[in-house]
Amino acid sequence: MGFRDVMYEKYKEILESYMKDQDEKALYLSQKFSRKSIEYKISPEEIISLHRTALAEMGAESLGSVMPSFDILLEVMMSYGLAYREHQSLRTIQQELKSEIEVAANMQQTLLGTQIPDVDCLEIGALSVPARQMSGDYYHFVQDEQGAVSVAIADVIGKGIPAALCMSMIKYSMDSLPEGRQEPSLVLESLNRVVEQNVDPTMFITMFYGMYDTNSHVFHYASAGHEPGFFYNHEIEDFEEIYARGLLLGIDKKTKYRQYEKKVEVGDIILLMSDGVTECRTKDGFVEVDTLKEYIKKYIHLGAQEIVNKVYKELEYLQDFQLRDDFTLIIIKRIK
Amino acid sequence: MDSCVKIINEWDIVAARQLGRNVARDLGFGTVDQARITTAISELARNIYLYAEQGEVCIEKTESGGKIGLVIISEDQGPGISDLRKVMEDGFSTSGGLGAGLPGVKRLVDEFHIESNPGEGTLIKAIKWLR
Repeated sequence: MGFRDVMYEKYKEILESYMKDQDEKALYLSQKFSRKSIEYKISPEEIISLHRTALAEMGAESLGSVMPSFDILLEVMMSYGLAYREHQSLRTIQQELKSEIEVAANMQQTLLGTQIPDVDCLEIGALSVPARQMSGDYYHFVQDEQGAVSVAIADVIGKGIPAALCMSMIKYSMDSLPEGRQEPSLVLESLNRVVEQNVDPTMFITMFYGMYDTNSHVFHYASAGHEPGFFYNHEIEDFEEIYARGLLLGIDKKTKYRQYEKKVEVGDIILLMSDGVTECRTKDGFVEVDTLKEYIKKYIHLGAQEIVNKVYKELEYLQDFQLRDDFTLIIIKRIK
Repeated sequence: MDSCVKIINEWDIVAARQLGRNVARDLGFGTVDQARITTAISELARNIYLYAEQGEVCIEKTESGGKIGLVIISEDQGPGISDLRKVMEDGFSTSGGLGAGLPGVKRLVDEFHIESNPGEGTLIKAIKWLR
């Protein structure tokens, strides 16, 4: 007996039993039958044909006059059957796309991977979580032989795949900068030229570039319209904004960036972030900057990486575990 | 028996369906396959009616390697299709409520061939084999 014959017999059995007693068991068996028919890709119009054949075979003579009505039902169900099959094939395509994006996301992780520098006087923590599979945020550390630690944090306006593709370009431009120590303002100026020439005019990138001199403990920085970071003053136990003016990357190729500097004492903390951190949205609106500061203060006694992880957990919870934007947070703490 | 139907107005679609159903029944197709064949004919005839000035649908019997099949040929001198890949894509026509579209027709039959040149028209040949 072929598979279809088996299904047919089963259906007829259910139908016969229900016609006799109208009990719930037959209905439950029908439900199971329908799951099985979906599993074996039996289309709606085939089910109707099955039903009609079964009725005819059961010899329900009183049904004679009703039988032609099944032709109408069958015809009406044809389009549903087609829609169903189309849905099946679209689902397969969606699966393929999804796994392709997963591969791309893994590639991106490898591509954008960066080592957190190991320096005696600093403790550095960093975390970057994409809102979707691929991230439009980027951060990178460079350590040079003279004892400077450079940090770049960038955010493409927008998210998802277009932002991710754009980010990869930033990474390559960073890699092609000349070796050796680079002044933050000059780094931004040279990246700005690359972005202006190569990126779609509707796509903008914000970036913060900082260089921590481990000999003088001065933090030199410049910003291209990036979300302002915070500086935690250990002595007075309070925050101040890391203020830096500058135009976004990719708007005007002649843009000049101003460089700023800040002396860092033992216990002080530099906090850098993408707007996914400050623009965390909850049901009640944006997360206040003060809330963020409270969280950081709450965990300030912990190690840098732990602070980052804890703050992320808190904000994730606040947002009901649904990130609306890529999230990147970096903490640099002077420990001696 | 005349095996072609000229499609000029909407009722010609019904005539094309009737022709297809008669041939399908005579060849021994079951009710579900008859419905599939007529739905495919409907779609093709409707495309002629909606998008081409004139055209016709022909139904033929075919035999190959001991198998018997029904061939639907739809030919028109309409505007033609410039992007075949796009119209053969799932979700392209259905999303606009235009019906099953050509991917739907392709699913209903066993073989599907299409030729189309912008400005010249479209020729579609679809075969359903008797199982």
